[in-house]
Amino acid sequence: MSEREPVTMMDATTRLEYVFTAGVAMSKNLHGYEQGKFIGQRCPKCKKVYVPSRGSCPTDGVATDEIVELPNTGTMTTYCVVNVPFAGQSIEIPYICGQILLDGANLSFMGLIQEIPIDEIRMGMRVEAVWEEPEKWGPTLASVKYFRPNGEPDADYDTYKEYL
Amino acid sequence: MSPKGSFPELTSGRRPVGVVSFAQYDNVRREDARNEVEMLLPVVTEVFGNIGITKDDVGFICSGSTDYLIGGPFSFVAALDAVGVWPPRAESHVEMDGAWALYEAWVLLQEGEIDAALVYAFGRSSMGDLSQVLAVQLDPYYLAPLWPDPTALAALQAQAMIDTGGGCGGACAAGARRSRKAALSNPKAQVAYDRSAEALLKEDYAVAPLRRHALPPLTDGCAAVVLAAGDKAYEWCERPAFITGIDHRIETHSVGARDLTVSPSTRVAGEKAGVGAKKVDIAELHAPFAHQELILSAALGLGDGVSLNPSGGALAANPMMSAGLIRIGEAAQRIWSGDADRAVAHATSGPCLQQNLVAVLEGV
Repeated sequence: MSEREPVTMMDATTRLEYVFTAGVAMSKNLHGYEQGKFIGQRCPKCKKVYVPSRGSCPTDGVATDEIVELPNTGTMTTYCVVNVPFAGQSIEIPYICGQILLDGANLSFMGLIQEIPIDEIRMGMRVEAVWEEPEKWGPTLASVKYFRPNGEPDADYDTYKEYL
Repeated sequence: MSPKGSFPELTSGRRPVGVVSFAQYDNVRREDARNEVEMLLPVVTEVFGNIGITKDDVGFICSGSTDYLIGGPFSFVAALDAVGVWPPRAESHVEMDGAWALYEAWVLLQEGEIDAALVYAFGRSSMGDLSQVLAVQLDPYYLAPLWPDPTALAALQAQAMIDTGGGCGGACAAGARRSRKAALSNPKAQVAYDRSAEALLKEDYAVAPLRRHALPPLTDGCAAVVLAAGDKAYEWCERPAFITGIDHRIETHSVGARDLTVSPSTRVAGEKAGVGAKKVDIAELHAPFAHQELILSAALGLGDGVSLNPSGGALAANPMMSAGLIRIGEAAQRIWSGDADRAVAHATSGPCLQQNLVAVLEGV
Protein backbone atom coordinates (compact mmCIF):
# COMPACT_ATOMS: atom_id res chain seq x y z
CA MET A 1 0.00 0.00 0.00
CA SER A 2 1.45 3.36 -1.03
CA GLU A 3 2.24 5.99 1.57
CA ARG A 4 -0.39 8.73 1.59
CA GLU A 5 -0.63 11.89 3.59
CA PRO A 6 -3.25 11.82 6.32
CA VAL A 7 -6.39 13.76 5.49
CA THR A 8 -6.40 16.93 7.56
CA MET A 9 -9.26 18.91 6.02
CA MET A 10 -12.62 17.94 4.63
CA ASP A 11 -15.11 20.15 2.85
CA ALA A 12 -18.57 19.23 4.10
CA THR A 13 -20.89 21.51 2.20
CA THR A 14 -24.38 21.69 3.59
CA ARG A 15 -27.38 23.42 2.14
CA LEU A 16 -30.90 23.25 3.52
CA GLU A 17 -33.87 24.99 1.94
CA TYR A 18 -36.97 26.05 3.79
CA VAL A 19 -40.37 27.49 3.01
CA PHE A 20 -40.97 29.96 5.79
CA THR A 21 -44.44 30.51 7.21
CA ALA A 22 -45.08 34.07 8.26
CA GLY A 23 -48.14 33.03 10.23
CA VAL A 24 -51.64 34.41 10.33
CA ALA A 25 -50.81 37.59 12.23
CA MET A 26 -47.63 38.43 10.37
CA SER A 27 -49.42 37.81 7.07
CA LYS A 28 -51.92 40.52 8.01
CA ASN A 29 -49.04 42.90 8.57
CA LEU A 30 -47.40 41.95 5.28
CA HIS A 31 -50.66 42.31 3.33
CA GLY A 32 -50.94 45.74 4.93
CA TYR A 33 -47.78 46.86 3.14
CA GLU A 34 -49.49 45.94 -0.15
CA GLN A 35 -52.01 48.65 0.69
CA GLY A 36 -49.60 51.22 2.07
CA LYS A 37 -50.55 50.52 5.69
CA PHE A 38 -48.73 49.67 8.91
CA ILE A 39 -50.75 46.91 10.60
CA GLY A 40 -50.43 46.04 14.27
CA GLN A 41 -52.52 44.22 16.87
CA ARG A 42 -53.70 45.15 20.36
CA CYS A 43 -53.52 42.83 23.38
CA PRO A 44 -56.95 42.50 25.02
CA LYS A 45 -55.33 42.27 28.44
CA CYS A 46 -52.59 44.92 28.65
CA LYS A 47 -53.90 46.96 25.69
CA LYS A 48 -50.43 47.29 24.19
CA VAL A 49 -50.22 47.61 20.42
CA TYR A 50 -47.60 45.48 18.69
CA VAL A 51 -46.36 46.25 15.22
CA PRO A 52 -45.69 44.16 13.19
CA SER A 53 -48.72 42.17 14.28
CA ARG A 54 -47.51 38.91 15.82
CA GLY A 55 -50.61 37.04 16.98
CA SER A 56 -49.89 36.97 20.69
CA CYS A 57 -48.81 39.29 23.46
CA PRO A 58 -45.31 38.36 24.66
CA THR A 59 -46.12 39.70 28.12
CA ASP A 60 -49.44 38.00 28.74
CA GLY A 61 -49.39 35.05 26.34
CA VAL A 62 -52.89 35.77 24.99
CA ALA A 63 -54.07 36.04 21.42
CA THR A 64 -54.03 39.58 20.02
CA ASP A 65 -56.92 39.53 17.57
CA GLU A 66 -57.77 43.24 17.41
CA ILE A 67 -56.27 44.82 14.28
CA VAL A 68 -54.88 48.35 14.63
CA GLU A 69 -53.77 50.51 11.73
CA LEU A 70 -50.84 52.74 12.65
CA PRO A 71 -50.13 56.17 11.15
CA ASN A 72 -47.08 57.01 9.04
CA THR A 73 -45.52 59.15 11.75
CA GLY A 74 -43.53 58.17 14.76
CA THR A 75 -40.51 58.77 16.95
CA MET A 76 -37.06 57.41 16.26
CA THR A 77 -36.14 56.19 19.71
CA THR A 78 -32.54 55.31 18.96
CA TYR A 79 -30.29 54.68 16.02
CA CYS A 80 -26.94 53.50 14.84
CA VAL A 81 -24.72 54.66 12.02
CA VAL A 82 -23.50 51.78 9.89
CA ASN A 83 -19.92 52.34 8.74
CA VAL A 84 -18.70 48.81 8.30
CA PRO A 85 -19.04 47.17 4.90
CA PHE A 86 -20.48 43.64 4.96
CA ALA A 87 -21.37 40.97 2.43
CA GLY A 88 -24.75 41.54 0.79
CA GLN A 89 -24.86 45.22 1.71
CA SER A 90 -27.28 47.03 -0.58
CA ILE A 91 -27.11 50.56 0.81
CA GLU A 92 -24.11 52.88 0.48
CA ILE A 93 -22.27 53.39 3.78
CA PRO A 94 -22.43 55.30 6.00
CA TYR A 95 -26.16 54.98 6.61
CA ILE A 96 -28.49 55.20 9.57
CA CYS A 97 -30.59 52.39 11.03
CA GLY A 98 -33.22 53.70 13.39
CA GLN A 99 -35.74 52.14 15.76
CA ILE A 100 -39.11 53.52 14.73
CA LEU A 101 -41.86 53.80 17.32
CA LEU A 102 -44.97 54.63 15.29
CA ASP A 103 -47.52 56.85 17.03
CA GLY A 104 -49.80 54.55 19.02
CA ALA A 105 -47.48 51.57 18.99
CA ASN A 106 -45.83 49.95 22.00
CA LEU A 107 -43.10 48.21 20.07
CA SER A 108 -40.49 49.72 17.77
CA PHE A 109 -39.04 48.20 14.61
CA MET A 110 -35.91 48.88 12.63
CA GLY A 111 -36.03 51.13 9.60
CA LEU A 112 -33.69 52.95 7.26
CA ILE A 113 -33.33 56.69 7.94
CA GLN A 114 -32.55 59.03 5.05
CA GLU A 115 -32.68 62.74 4.11
CA ILE A 116 -30.63 63.83 7.12
CA PRO A 117 -26.88 64.37 7.43
CA ILE A 118 -25.20 61.75 9.64
CA ASP A 119 -23.98 64.37 12.11
CA GLU A 120 -27.47 65.79 12.70
CA ILE A 121 -29.14 62.55 13.74
CA ARG A 122 -30.34 62.41 17.34
CA MET A 123 -32.59 60.31 19.59
CA GLY A 124 -36.19 61.40 19.82
CA MET A 125 -36.31 62.72 16.28
CA ARG A 126 -39.83 62.79 14.81
CA VAL A 127 -40.03 60.84 11.54
CA GLU A 128 -42.45 59.95 8.77
CA ALA A 129 -42.53 57.02 6.38
CA VAL A 130 -41.71 57.57 2.72
CA TRP A 131 -43.43 54.89 0.69
CA GLU A 132 -42.49 53.55 -2.73
CA GLU A 133 -44.77 54.27 -5.69
CA PRO A 134 -48.02 52.29 -5.14
CA GLU A 135 -47.26 50.09 -8.17
CA LYS A 136 -44.24 48.80 -6.28
CA TRP A 137 -46.09 47.90 -3.07
CA GLY A 138 -45.85 44.25 -2.11
CA PRO A 139 -46.18 42.10 1.03
CA THR A 140 -42.89 43.40 2.41
CA LEU A 141 -41.51 46.24 4.50
CA ALA A 142 -39.51 47.10 1.39
CA SER A 143 -42.72 48.84 0.23
CA VAL A 144 -41.48 51.59 2.54
CA LYS A 145 -38.42 53.27 1.02
CA TYR A 146 -37.25 54.81 4.27
CA PHE A 147 -38.14 57.17 7.13
CA ARG A 148 -37.17 60.83 7.17
CA PRO A 149 -37.46 63.66 9.70
CA ASN A 150 -40.89 65.26 9.42
CA GLY A 151 -39.93 68.64 10.86
CA GLU A 152 -41.78 68.35 14.19
CA PRO A 153 -39.89 69.26 17.37
CA ASP A 154 -38.05 66.29 18.90
CA ALA A 155 -40.19 64.07 21.13
CA ASP A 156 -39.89 64.43 24.86
CA TYR A 157 -37.59 61.77 26.34
CA ASP A 158 -40.37 60.60 28.67
CA THR A 159 -42.49 59.62 25.68
CA TYR A 160 -40.04 56.99 24.48
CA LYS A 161 -37.68 56.19 27.38
CA GLU A 162 -39.48 52.88 28.06
CA TYR A 163 -38.81 51.71 24.51
CA LEU A 164 -35.03 51.79 24.69
CA MET B 1 -49.17 11.56 52.88
CA SER B 2 -50.94 14.51 51.28
CA PRO B 3 -54.29 15.48 52.77
CA LYS B 4 -55.78 14.62 49.40
CA GLY B 5 -53.95 11.43 48.56
CA SER B 6 -50.86 9.37 49.00
CA PHE B 7 -47.70 9.28 46.95
CA PRO B 8 -46.29 6.19 45.25
CA GLU B 9 -42.89 4.78 46.10
CA LEU B 10 -40.18 6.39 43.97
CA THR B 11 -37.42 4.65 42.03
CA SER B 12 -35.97 7.94 40.79
CA GLY B 13 -35.59 11.12 42.81
CA ARG B 14 -36.90 12.05 46.24
CA ARG B 15 -39.89 14.22 45.46
CA PRO B 16 -43.08 12.95 43.84
CA VAL B 17 -43.73 14.87 40.62
CA GLY B 18 -46.96 14.27 38.75
CA VAL B 19 -48.08 14.93 35.20
CA VAL B 20 -51.31 16.84 35.83
CA SER B 21 -52.29 18.26 32.44
CA PHE B 22 -51.63 17.58 28.78
CA ALA B 23 -52.64 19.14 25.47
CA GLN B 24 -51.60 18.66 21.86
CA TYR B 25 -52.29 20.26 18.50
CA ASP B 26 -54.40 18.54 15.86
CA ASN B 27 -51.59 16.68 14.16
CA VAL B 28 -51.58 17.50 10.45
CA ARG B 29 -49.37 16.87 7.45
CA ARG B 30 -48.88 20.56 6.85
CA GLU B 31 -49.88 23.61 8.89
CA ASP B 32 -49.56 26.32 6.27
CA ALA B 33 -51.33 29.25 7.85
CA ARG B 34 -50.15 29.31 11.46
CA ASN B 35 -46.56 29.63 12.56
CA GLU B 36 -45.17 27.86 15.64
CA VAL B 37 -46.28 30.55 18.08
CA GLU B 38 -49.82 30.54 16.72
CA MET B 39 -49.93 26.73 16.95
CA LEU B 40 -48.63 26.75 20.52
CA LEU B 41 -50.92 29.47 21.83
CA PRO B 42 -54.13 27.39 21.90
CA VAL B 43 -52.22 24.35 23.19
CA VAL B 44 -50.67 26.28 26.10
CA THR B 45 -54.03 27.93 26.80
CA GLU B 46 -55.64 24.48 26.91
CA VAL B 47 -52.99 22.85 29.10
CA PHE B 48 -53.45 25.60 31.69
CA GLY B 49 -57.21 25.81 31.21
CA ASN B 50 -57.67 22.07 31.81
CA ILE B 51 -56.74 22.58 35.45
CA GLY B 52 -57.73 26.21 35.91
CA ILE B 53 -54.27 27.70 36.30
CA THR B 54 -52.29 30.44 34.51
CA LYS B 55 -48.67 30.98 33.61
CA ASP B 56 -48.22 32.71 36.98
CA ASP B 57 -48.79 29.37 38.75
CA VAL B 58 -45.69 27.68 37.30
CA GLY B 59 -42.16 28.42 38.43
CA PHE B 60 -40.28 27.04 35.45
CA ILE B 61 -40.83 26.81 31.71
CA CYS B 62 -38.87 24.32 29.62
CA SER B 63 -39.30 23.56 25.94
CA GLY B 64 -38.02 21.18 23.30
CA SER B 65 -37.60 22.06 19.64
CA THR B 66 -34.92 22.45 17.01
CA ASP B 67 -33.83 25.42 14.95
CA TYR B 68 -33.00 23.06 12.10
CA LEU B 69 -36.69 22.40 11.46
CA ILE B 70 -37.51 26.06 11.15
CA GLY B 71 -34.30 27.18 9.49
CA GLY B 72 -33.66 30.03 11.89
CA PRO B 73 -31.46 30.50 14.97
CA PHE B 74 -33.01 31.00 18.40
CA SER B 75 -36.42 30.21 16.96
CA PHE B 76 -37.50 28.81 20.31
CA VAL B 77 -37.28 32.26 21.89
CA ALA B 78 -40.22 33.50 19.85
CA ALA B 79 -42.26 30.53 21.06
CA LEU B 80 -42.37 32.07 24.53
CA ASP B 81 -44.87 34.58 23.09
CA ALA B 82 -47.34 31.73 23.41
CA VAL B 83 -46.81 31.65 27.16
CA GLY B 84 -46.22 35.27 28.13
CA VAL B 85 -43.13 35.87 30.18
CA TRP B 86 -43.86 38.78 32.45
CA PRO B 87 -43.17 38.67 35.36
CA PRO B 88 -39.97 36.84 34.43
CA ARG B 89 -39.39 33.29 35.62
CA ALA B 90 -36.80 30.55 35.15
CA GLU B 91 -36.85 29.19 31.62
CA SER B 92 -34.83 26.74 29.62
CA HIS B 93 -34.77 24.99 26.28
CA VAL B 94 -33.33 21.81 24.82
CA GLU B 95 -32.62 21.16 21.17
CA MET B 96 -34.36 17.86 21.67
CA ASP B 97 -37.73 16.23 21.99
CA GLY B 98 -39.84 17.81 24.73
CA ALA B 99 -39.51 14.58 26.73
CA TRP B 100 -36.00 15.73 27.61
CA ALA B 101 -37.32 19.20 28.45
CA LEU B 102 -39.67 17.35 30.82
CA TYR B 103 -36.67 15.56 32.30
CA GLU B 104 -34.96 18.89 32.95
CA ALA B 105 -38.10 20.24 34.59
CA TRP B 106 -38.37 17.07 36.70
CA VAL B 107 -34.76 17.55 37.88
CA LEU B 108 -35.43 21.17 38.84
CA LEU B 109 -38.60 20.19 40.70
CA GLN B 110 -36.55 17.69 42.72
CA GLU B 111 -34.59 20.60 44.20
CA GLY B 112 -37.66 21.86 46.00
CA GLU B 113 -37.53 25.58 45.16
CA ILE B 114 -40.49 25.43 42.80
CA ASP B 115 -43.61 23.30 42.77
CA ALA B 116 -44.78 23.38 39.17
CA ALA B 117 -43.44 23.58 35.64
CA LEU B 118 -44.74 24.01 32.10
CA VAL B 119 -43.14 21.81 29.45
CA TYR B 120 -43.90 22.27 25.78
CA ALA B 121 -42.54 21.09 22.47
CA PHE B 122 -43.11 21.90 18.83
CA GLY B 123 -41.93 20.73 15.45
CA ARG B 124 -43.05 21.32 11.90
CA SER B 125 -41.68 18.80 9.45
CA SER B 126 -43.23 20.59 6.49
CA MET B 127 -40.99 23.63 6.37
CA GLY B 128 -37.94 21.97 4.94
CA ASP B 129 -36.95 18.56 3.65
CA LEU B 130 -37.04 16.50 6.82
CA SER B 131 -34.77 13.82 5.38
CA GLN B 132 -32.08 16.38 4.72
CA VAL B 133 -32.55 18.13 8.04
CA LEU B 134 -32.16 14.89 9.99
CA ALA B 135 -29.15 13.85 7.90
CA VAL B 136 -27.13 16.81 9.15
CA GLN B 137 -27.31 15.49 12.71
CA LEU B 138 -25.25 12.47 11.68
CA ASP B 139 -21.51 11.95 11.94
CA PRO B 140 -20.11 14.70 9.69
CA TYR B 141 -17.17 12.67 8.36
CA TYR B 142 -18.50 9.24 7.49
CA LEU B 143 -22.25 9.39 7.47
CA ALA B 144 -23.67 12.85 6.75
CA PRO B 145 -21.91 13.16 3.37
CA LEU B 146 -23.95 10.14 2.25
CA TRP B 147 -27.16 12.03 3.21
CA PRO B 148 -28.92 8.91 4.50
CA ASP B 149 -32.53 9.68 5.31
CA PRO B 150 -34.21 8.27 8.42
CA THR B 151 -36.18 5.73 6.38
CA ALA B 152 -33.01 4.33 4.81
CA LEU B 153 -31.31 4.05 8.20
CA ALA B 154 -34.38 2.42 9.71
CA ALA B 155 -34.44 0.02 6.78
CA LEU B 156 -30.85 -0.98 7.56
CA GLN B 157 -31.99 -1.66 11.11
CA ALA B 158 -34.96 -3.72 9.96
CA GLN B 159 -32.75 -5.68 7.57
CA ALA B 160 -30.32 -6.38 10.39
CA MET B 161 -33.23 -7.83 12.36
CA ILE B 162 -34.16 -10.09 9.46
CA ASP B 163 -30.54 -11.15 8.93
CA THR B 164 -30.20 -12.19 12.56
CA GLY B 165 -33.36 -14.25 12.49
CA GLY B 166 -35.50 -11.69 14.27
CA GLY B 167 -39.09 -11.24 13.17
CA CYS B 168 -39.97 -8.28 11.04
CA GLY B 169 -42.45 -8.49 8.18
CA GLY B 170 -45.37 -10.18 9.87
CA ALA B 171 -44.74 -8.78 13.34
CA CYS B 172 -44.31 -5.26 11.97
CA ALA B 173 -47.51 -5.47 9.98
CA ALA B 174 -49.37 -6.71 13.04
CA GLY B 175 -47.98 -3.91 15.15
CA ALA B 176 -48.72 -1.29 12.50
CA ARG B 177 -52.26 -2.62 12.10
CA ARG B 178 -52.80 -2.46 15.85
CA SER B 179 -51.42 1.08 16.14
CA ARG B 180 -53.35 2.52 13.22
CA LYS B 181 -56.56 0.87 14.38
CA ALA B 182 -56.09 2.21 17.91
CA ALA B 183 -55.52 5.62 16.35
CA LEU B 184 -59.14 5.59 15.16
CA SER B 185 -60.10 6.37 18.78
CA ASN B 186 -57.53 9.14 19.06
CA PRO B 187 -59.02 12.50 18.00
CA LYS B 188 -55.50 13.87 17.51
CA ALA B 189 -54.31 11.09 15.23
CA GLN B 190 -53.20 11.99 11.74
CA VAL B 191 -53.12 8.49 10.24
CA ALA B 192 -55.70 5.96 11.35
CA TYR B 193 -57.27 3.01 9.56
CA ASP B 194 -58.51 -0.51 10.03
CA ARG B 195 -56.74 -2.76 7.54
CA SER B 196 -55.67 -6.34 7.87
CA ALA B 197 -52.04 -7.36 8.27
CA GLU B 198 -52.37 -9.33 5.02
CA ALA B 199 -53.38 -6.17 3.16
CA LEU B 200 -50.49 -4.25 4.68
CA LEU B 201 -48.01 -6.93 3.62
CA LYS B 202 -49.11 -6.50 0.01
CA GLU B 203 -48.00 -2.86 -0.01
CA ASP B 204 -45.02 -1.81 -2.07
CA TYR B 205 -41.72 -1.37 -0.36
CA ALA B 206 -40.92 2.21 0.59
CA VAL B 207 -37.29 1.29 1.26
CA ALA B 208 -36.89 -2.47 1.50
CA PRO B 209 -37.55 -4.21 3.77
CA LEU B 210 -39.87 -1.46 5.04
CA ARG B 211 -43.28 -1.09 3.45
CA ARG B 212 -45.36 2.08 3.67
CA HIS B 213 -47.28 0.93 6.73
CA ALA B 214 -44.07 0.67 8.73
CA LEU B 215 -43.26 4.36 8.26
CA PRO B 216 -44.37 7.28 10.41
CA PRO B 217 -46.31 10.14 8.83
CA LEU B 218 -44.75 13.56 8.31
CA THR B 219 -46.40 15.79 10.88
CA ASP B 220 -46.64 19.38 11.99
CA GLY B 221 -47.62 19.57 15.63
CA CYS B 222 -46.93 20.69 19.15
CA ALA B 223 -47.78 19.65 22.70
CA ALA B 224 -47.62 20.80 26.30
CA VAL B 225 -47.58 19.20 29.75
CA VAL B 226 -47.86 20.62 33.26
CA LEU B 227 -45.83 19.00 36.05
CA ALA B 228 -46.67 19.55 39.72
CA ALA B 229 -44.80 18.33 42.77
CA GLY B 230 -46.03 17.01 46.09
CA ASP B 231 -49.29 18.40 47.40
CA LYS B 232 -49.55 20.76 44.44
CA ALA B 233 -50.19 17.77 42.19
CA TYR B 234 -53.32 16.90 44.15
CA GLU B 235 -54.39 20.55 44.20
CA TRP B 236 -54.70 20.50 40.44
CA CYS B 237 -55.50 16.89 39.63
CA GLU B 238 -57.60 14.22 41.28
CA ARG B 239 -55.32 11.38 40.27
CA PRO B 240 -51.92 12.73 39.22
CA ALA B 241 -49.77 10.49 37.03
CA PHE B 242 -46.71 10.45 39.29
CA ILE B 243 -43.31 9.91 37.72
CA THR B 244 -41.95 7.12 39.90
CA GLY B 245 -38.97 6.50 37.63
CA ILE B 246 -37.25 8.42 34.86
CA ASP B 247 -33.91 7.90 33.19
CA HIS B 248 -32.27 8.44 29.82
CA ARG B 249 -29.23 6.88 28.16
CA ILE B 250 -27.37 7.42 24.91
CA GLU B 251 -25.43 5.11 22.63
CA THR B 252 -22.60 5.89 20.25
CA HIS B 253 -23.08 8.49 17.55
CA SER B 254 -21.77 6.08 14.96
CA VAL B 255 -24.62 4.02 13.53
CA GLY B 256 -22.16 1.54 12.04
CA ALA B 257 -20.63 0.78 15.43
CA ARG B 258 -23.91 -0.32 17.03
CA ASP B 259 -25.87 -3.55 17.00
CA LEU B 260 -29.06 -2.04 15.62
CA THR B 261 -31.20 -5.06 16.50
CA VAL B 262 -31.14 -4.30 20.24
CA SER B 263 -31.46 -1.16 22.33
CA PRO B 264 -29.10 -1.30 25.31
CA SER B 265 -29.75 2.34 26.16
CA THR B 266 -33.48 1.63 26.46
CA ARG B 267 -32.77 -1.46 28.53
CA VAL B 268 -30.54 0.42 30.98
CA ALA B 269 -32.88 3.41 31.17
CA GLY B 270 -35.77 1.05 31.82
CA GLU B 271 -33.89 -0.71 34.60
CA LYS B 272 -32.89 2.57 36.23
CA ALA B 273 -36.48 3.80 35.98
CA GLY B 274 -37.70 0.60 37.63
CA VAL B 275 -39.95 -0.60 34.80
CA GLY B 276 -39.85 -4.22 35.90
CA ALA B 277 -40.54 -3.59 39.59
CA LYS B 278 -44.30 -3.93 39.25
CA LYS B 279 -46.94 -4.82 36.69
CA VAL B 280 -47.12 -2.51 33.68
CA ASP B 281 -50.58 -1.88 32.24
CA ILE B 282 -49.77 0.22 29.17
CA ALA B 283 -46.67 1.38 27.37
CA GLU B 284 -46.51 4.38 25.05
CA LEU B 285 -43.37 3.71 23.01
CA HIS B 286 -41.94 6.35 20.69
CA ALA B 287 -41.26 4.02 17.77
CA PRO B 288 -41.38 6.01 14.54
CA PHE B 289 -40.85 2.80 12.54
CA ALA B 290 -42.93 -0.29 13.18
CA HIS B 291 -40.01 -2.68 13.74
CA GLN B 292 -38.64 -0.39 16.45
CA GLU B 293 -41.61 -1.20 18.68
CA LEU B 294 -40.38 -4.82 18.72
CA ILE B 295 -36.86 -3.74 19.72
CA LEU B 296 -38.12 -1.39 22.43
CA SER B 297 -40.60 -3.73 24.06
CA ALA B 298 -37.93 -6.45 24.14
CA ALA B 299 -35.46 -4.00 25.73
CA LEU B 300 -38.01 -3.05 28.36
CA GLY B 301 -39.03 -6.63 29.02
CA LEU B 302 -42.69 -5.93 28.31
CA GLY B 303 -44.81 -9.05 28.22
CA ASP B 304 -47.96 -9.86 26.28
CA GLY B 305 -50.18 -8.41 29.00
CA VAL B 306 -49.02 -4.86 28.30
CA SER B 307 -51.15 -2.77 25.99
CA LEU B 308 -48.76 -1.11 23.52
CA ASN B 309 -49.42 2.38 22.16
CA PRO B 310 -53.13 2.68 22.87
CA SER B 311 -52.90 6.18 21.33
CA GLY B 312 -51.59 4.78 18.06
CA GLY B 313 -48.06 5.92 18.87
CA ALA B 314 -45.73 7.66 16.44
CA LEU B 315 -47.26 5.73 13.55
CA ALA B 316 -50.45 7.72 14.11
CA ALA B 317 -48.73 11.11 14.32
CA ASN B 318 -45.05 11.97 14.44
CA PRO B 319 -44.54 15.68 15.12
CA MET B 320 -40.80 16.19 15.44
CA MET B 321 -39.54 17.15 18.88
CA SER B 322 -43.03 16.54 20.29
CA ALA B 323 -43.82 12.87 19.74
CA GLY B 324 -41.85 11.77 22.80
CA LEU B 325 -43.50 14.30 25.08
CA ILE B 326 -46.85 13.21 23.64
CA ARG B 327 -46.12 9.61 24.68
CA ILE B 328 -45.77 10.83 28.26
CA GLY B 329 -48.97 12.87 27.97
CA GLU B 330 -50.94 10.00 26.44
CA ALA B 331 -49.78 7.63 29.18
CA ALA B 332 -50.70 10.17 31.84
CA GLN B 333 -54.18 10.61 30.38
CA ARG B 334 -54.90 6.92 30.81
CA ILE B 335 -53.82 7.06 34.43
CA TRP B 336 -56.08 10.06 35.11
CA SER B 337 -58.99 8.21 33.63
CA GLY B 338 -58.29 5.06 35.59
CA ASP B 339 -57.72 3.00 32.42
CA ALA B 340 -54.26 2.25 33.73
CA ASP B 341 -52.57 2.26 37.12
CA ARG B 342 -48.99 1.98 35.94
CA ALA B 343 -47.64 3.09 32.57
CA VAL B 344 -44.33 3.23 30.75
CA ALA B 345 -43.67 6.17 28.43
CA HIS B 346 -40.64 6.25 26.15
CA ALA B 347 -39.02 8.85 23.92
CA THR B 348 -36.25 8.48 21.38
CA SER B 349 -33.79 10.73 19.58
CA GLY B 350 -31.01 10.29 17.04
CA PRO B 351 -30.67 7.73 14.25
CA CYS B 352 -32.10 4.23 14.82
CA LEU B 353 -32.98 4.64 18.52
CA GLN B 354 -29.60 6.10 19.47
CA GLN B 355 -30.83 7.88 22.59
CA ASN B 356 -33.72 6.84 24.76
CA LEU B 357 -35.68 8.16 27.71
CA VAL B 358 -37.92 5.95 29.81
CA ALA B 359 -40.46 7.19 32.34
CA VAL B 360 -42.68 5.17 34.63
CA LEU B 361 -45.97 6.78 35.61
CA GLU B 362 -48.21 5.61 38.42
CA GLY B 363 -51.57 6.65 39.74
CA VAL B 364 -52.45 6.01 43.34
